[in-house]
Amino acid sequence: MSDALATPSLPAAGSGRVSSWRLLFNNRLATIGLCMLSALVLMTLLAPILPLPDPDATAPADRLQPLFSAGHILGTDQLGRDILSRLIWGSRVSMIVGFSATLVAAAIGSTIGIVSGYAGGRTDNLMMRGIDMLMAFPYILLALAIVAVLGPGLMNALYAIAVVNIPFFARNVRGVTLGLSHREFVDAARLSGKGHLSIVLTEILPNVLPVIVITMSTTAGWMILETAGLSFLGLGAQPPQADLGSMLGEGRAQLFTAPHVSVVPGVMIFLIVISLNVLGDGIRDVLDPRLRSGALLRPGPVTAVDPERSRPKNGKPSAILTVEGLEIGFTRNGRYSAAVKGVSLHLHPGECLGLIGESGSGKSVTALSIMGLVSSPPGIIRNGAIYLHGEDVLSMPQTQLISARGSRVAYIFQDPLTTLHPMHSIGRQVAEAIAAHQTLSRQALRERSIALLDRVGIPDAEKRANHFPHQLSGGQRQRVGIAMALANDPDVIIADEPTTALDVTVQAQILALLRELQRERGMALLFITHDFGVVTEICDRVAVMRDGHIVETGKTQAVLGDPQHEYTKRLIACVPEIGTGKSFLDRVAPIFAADAEERP
Amino acid sequence: MPSYILKRLLSMIPVLFGLSVIVFLVMAMIPGDPAIAILGAYATPENVARINSDLGLDKPLVQQYFIWIGNVLQGDFGRSFALNRPVLDEVLERFRATLVLAGVALVLCSVIGLVAGVVSAVRQFGWVDKVITFVVLAGISVPSFWLGLILILLFAVKWRLLPASGMYAVYGGGDLKDLLLHLILPAFTLAVVAAGVIARLTRAAMLEVLRQDFIRTARAKGLPERSVIYRHAFRAALVSVIPVIGIQAGFVLGGAVYIETVFQWPGVGAMLVKAISTRDILLVQGGVLVVAGSYVFFNLIADVVQTMLDPRIRT
Repeated sequence: MSDALATPSLPAAGSGRVSSWRLLFNNRLATIGLCMLSALVLMTLLAPILPLPDPDATAPADRLQPLFSAGHILGTDQLGRDILSRLIWGSRVSMIVGFSATLVAAAIGSTIGIVSGYAGGRTDNLMMRGIDMLMAFPYILLALAIVAVLGPGLMNALYAIAVVNIPFFARNVRGVTLGLSHREFVDAARLSGKGHLSIVLTEILPNVLPVIVITMSTTAGWMILETAGLSFLGLGAQPPQADLGSMLGEGRAQLFTAPHVSVVPGVMIFLIVISLNVLGDGIRDVLDPRLRSGALLRPGPVTAVDPERSRPKNGKPSAILTVEGLEIGFTRNGRYSAAVKGVSLHLHPGECLGLIGESGSGKSVTALSIMGLVSSPPGIIRNGAIYLHGEDVLSMPQTQLISARGSRVAYIFQDPLTTLHPMHSIGRQVAEAIAAHQTLSRQALRERSIALLDRVGIPDAEKRANHFPHQLSGGQRQRVGIAMALANDPDVIIADEPTTALDVTVQAQILALLRELQRERGMALLFITHDFGVVTEICDRVAVMRDGHIVETGKTQAVLGDPQHEYTKRLIACVPEIGTGKSFLDRVAPIFAADAEERP
Repeated sequence: MPSYILKRLLSMIPVLFGLSVIVFLVMAMIPGDPAIAILGAYATPENVARINSDLGLDKPLVQQYFIWIGNVLQGDFGRSFALNRPVLDEVLERFRATLVLAGVALVLCSVIGLVAGVVSAVRQFGWVDKVITFVVLAGISVPSFWLGLILILLFAVKWRLLPASGMYAVYGGGDLKDLLLHLILPAFTLAVVAAGVIARLTRAAMLEVLRQDFIRTARAKGLPERSVIYRHAFRAALVSVIPVIGIQAGFVLGGAVYIETVFQWPGVGAMLVKAISTRDILLVQGGVLVVAGSYVFFNLIADVVQTMLDPRIRT
């Protein structure tokens, strides 16, 4: 079941078409759907040559024979007609009508969508308003109104169902066309003198085809269902012509005496529609790259830890936080790649340690792993130990680890807009941080959170507490983040690039606030950054990280004054100084030329 | 907030206008000459011309529309020739029954869909998720009119637990308990498909939200997983599910046509089917207009709820 929603594993290189087919077959459920549908289609195609009795031959003497009776495997209906034969012929009618309606809706809807998206402007506006009007009707009601006008009949039902589904195609196709019509290759075709029709047919259509196919595969099931529905109501197929819906509708009169007459056609409709839907899901997964990327794995509450991990001893028992030989990696598509490769560091009470390195060096992963906040899947801690007050965090039961978050070790994250809940007021978010670890009355909670907001420098905190994150400036949002981290007076605060998303002046204010709070409360601070300038401002010691390793560590002044590692020298050189703007690039360029040579 | 609701109410006007134009045009497309139908054997050219001018059919289409919409706005939807009573009376009486059925079904499908979707997302790839995903797939593929028949066979005929059809018992009954008993089967049947759609969407929305940065923040605060999921993730996911629930109102109102027929529920849907087969066009027109109008209103409610839930749209 999960296969329809999980990512099909990516095949090796191949042409687009082949790989799409292979992807579809890799999806077990879609394959089942395709096989079922093929079998059903084959059965209806072979109807004329199968040894079936005449579906319309009545035999009043044999009426309402039960299932598995002699000569009639599925019994007979109220007029003594063979149900199996009627079922196969009826499926044929239902499928032909359903697929025709799909084609008609796809053709008309896609044309509207392409014209609307390609023309843009007033044409687009007018057409889309029309489509909106069609969508303002409850789905099947418009079909009923159309049948009411055209009169009952299978063809009229087909038209009605097609019309009702036009908006789905028009909207989807228009959206994609609109994006395409401003792309370079379309402009190029236009400049080369191609006419509109030729551009639409050769440039636009091939690119919107996947969308049309997706929409067809997801709506075909509905259309078969709805055509059957209209026939069931007596508004579709008229006797003697029969489709599955009308068989069901006519059999309903015998529901209590011979239920199989109406139950059997229903089973058939169900089988056709479910195989179409399963196949449609598979096709959508293959053709829609957003779903293919496998972005939709649910992360667990704590990072996964390899039960076989090595567990080095705590080398610095006096430290409040020690990380020993930490190795973390990510498993993607069955392949494991390490992001942090044996990192050890320690943090004394009241100390500020800077962890510095470029993007992708593994510093954030290291920081997040300390309280098990690396997303799993795909993250996993393979080796090492993390000691908090001498206690191994990675061996803690889940509830104990969760209760240590925020109370003993708190976090401040990088982008305060995405890290605050957009639909909760900031006062509530701070109060929640307090309430996670302390039982207080509502009133006390509110007072405490306002006091905290006030402490971190939110002006008019009492009123501001009711505001939502989007109503605050970036700097103020980060102050809220700091207030939440302070809420339970933790021993350690881990700040993961807390100033990176902010303006330089705001950055300085936030740094000053952090330094002040750290001194006032005697907290240990692990400060993650890529900016040596920031490190010199706030950190006692610094650890330089690169490609998952710590390459150099020491007192900030010592490292800054006499960097040992080439990489450290480069990081220091990257800090721009006022007045040296002109020569900055000249100074930095040769260093990074060497860097490029070093890496494979 | 009140100004937002007012703005949304005003934006309903062009939609309702568009609806009425479509309904009017569809009905005006009916083949055949009404005058000839009325006059039958007396259809001399003079009589036809007289009837046409009496009925206003000789006027241009635009003028006909405004005469018609003017009457509709005054509550005059015409007269049903098959029932020989004003269309509006019949439609409103029937609509009350439909509203009860569709309203209960809508609540039912929202609750079932949301719960199933959240559980499915939280237990991703676990056996509960697999079972729910399969049931949902079956739910959106099943013909609702057939499911209704099966449920009648089982619950009413075989086990004799619930009434098979109607809104109230013929003898006795008529109270709330009687109504609820009669509601269970049709409301559930009507809710199945919509519940499936909502469950799928909720699952996807939850999985999307659970990867957001603010969920990591909630975890970093030390919140238990249950509050992370229900207070943080669900709240954010709900905002994207609400409009879909609004759209499902359309499927429920439309699907009521089948369910009312199967369960002989005295609603607009069953009335429309009957009116179509007797070609009682004015009754069809009135029914479609009222149901479509109520759908627009349901969507308005969904919009307002969404705005109330999401402060970013509100301000």
